[in-house]
Amino acid sequence: MPSAKDIPETIDALYRTESRRVLATLIRLLGDFDLAEEALHEAFRAALEQWPAGGLPANPRAWLVSTGRFKAVDVIRRRAKFEFPLDTLPETQIPAAADEEGEAEQPIRDDRLRLIFTCCHPALAPEARSALTLREVCGLTTEAIARAFLAAPAAIAQRIVRAKAKIRDAHIPYEVPSPAELPDRLDTVLQVLYLLHNEGYSASSGESLTRPDLSGEAIRLGRLLKELLPAPEVLGLLALMLLQESRRAARTSCDGDLILLADQDRGRWNHALIVEGSALVTQALRTRRAGPYTLQAAIAAAHAQAPSTAATDWRRIVGCYDLLARIAPSPVISLNRAVAVAMRDGPSAGLALVDQLLQAGHLANYHLAHAARADLCRRLGMVEEARAAYATALALARQEPERRFLERRLNELG
Amino acid sequence: MKYICFGYLDLQTWEKKSPSEQNAMIDQCFAYDDVLRQTGHWVGGEGLQGATTLSYQDGKVTVTDGPYAETKELLGGLLILEARDLNHAIQLISNHPGIKMGRWEIRPAQDLQPMIEASERRRAIADPR
Repeated sequence: MPSAKDIPETIDALYRTESRRVLATLIRLLGDFDLAEEALHEAFRAALEQWPAGGLPANPRAWLVSTGRFKAVDVIRRRAKFEFPLDTLPETQIPAAADEEGEAEQPIRDDRLRLIFTCCHPALAPEARSALTLREVCGLTTEAIARAFLAAPAAIAQRIVRAKAKIRDAHIPYEVPSPAELPDRLDTVLQVLYLLHNEGYSASSGESLTRPDLSGEAIRLGRLLKELLPAPEVLGLLALMLLQESRRAARTSCDGDLILLADQDRGRWNHALIVEGSALVTQALRTRRAGPYTLQAAIAAAHAQAPSTAATDWRRIVGCYDLLARIAPSPVISLNRAVAVAMRDGPSAGLALVDQLLQAGHLANYHLAHAARADLCRRLGMVEEARAAYATALALARQEPERRFLERRLNELG
Repeated sequence: MKYICFGYLDLQTWEKKSPSEQNAMIDQCFAYDDVLRQTGHWVGGEGLQGATTLSYQDGKVTVTDGPYAETKELLGGLLILEARDLNHAIQLISNHPGIKMGRWEIRPAQDLQPMIEASERRRAIADPR
């Protein structure tokens, strides 16, 4: 039992680990996203006020849920007083506490999975699904989501407002779809999980390079999905996330600086995760229905199994990128392919491809495209061009460790 | 995060209201401001009077009256909100009774720290002590 002065810290930690779970349950109980969000924060405020004197409750999550439900009544009263222009009053009254009895009968007990499927409902605009899931399920701020999507915060905010209005007005059910509907509904869920994992693996801004909570969350949800529906791409995505995760410890120095794949201490890779991820890749490839996630996982597995950069099977990696570019073409995939080609055929072959991409204009604001160009120029001894490209990358990069890495490289050019 | 919210007053809507309706609206707005204070979202706010503009031209600073409020709407006040993110700010302002009297503009406060630090580095180089 933490002492009274540690309680605010405990609440902080609880907020990080439990707030999304509590929110998901409150949405189910209250039937309204915004009301649930207010109720959640009122519950945490109440915890900050009451726990230091009264002590930590035996089951903090249950306490937060029931307090949140209680606080929702206050929120509704307050709203009623101000005649809400956004029509945010829920139509249903708050259900009685007895509601939880039916929970055991639910096929999926995890409210967050229910929340994911609701946020990824096909009735919502595709670009709204990810934004909504990242905010509601993962607790990302609108601003962080905007950075992940390379979009303006106002545009993302509007998507989220519209998506919530649509869920309310179209009465989109808060449930996991039936087995018959599941495969169709899965694609958007996978997309969202992938974005979530990326945000955790390479946080879009701030002091820290990665946010393990988010990646851990994506993997947890990925494992849960695999239980529910072991489709090839579910396995592929889980494999991809595990293989990327396996390098986490080796990816940053003790000062929090970025270490490139080539310079990583491969002894620090998590071999249990590599074994698990590689087995999933094999399993997914064996179905002969490999999609983009499985191919990316196969690339990650090729890296994970290589003893060094030089001894990496670049031919196999370029082959995977060729397939990827065919089934899921995107400028970022082409950029990665260009980097792999540079490893297989030499930097000038890669540079030609990167320049083609930059000239096409898709990646002009993507710092990694300029960083890749800079690195290839550096390897070719084109110092001035490397300098200019590092400077452009630096101007676009938002993440502190990445900025430090680019600054270091820029300084090394002399 | 802090959000600066500008509240406009639609004069046509406002002038159609009777004095007692106007008072009721004002009371609601202040009551909602109190809710924002109680829930920890209120950082500050002010009502706004007529503007004075300063501009720099030909090496001199000129002071002029205005810009004058439009005849349709005027910038009535600003409110500084503490909110978790932009959607939370939208949610809080969408509940402000003032929304019925004119539009609100929400702007996230920019974190100037990186810019300030970059400037300090430049100034240190330009003028080493």
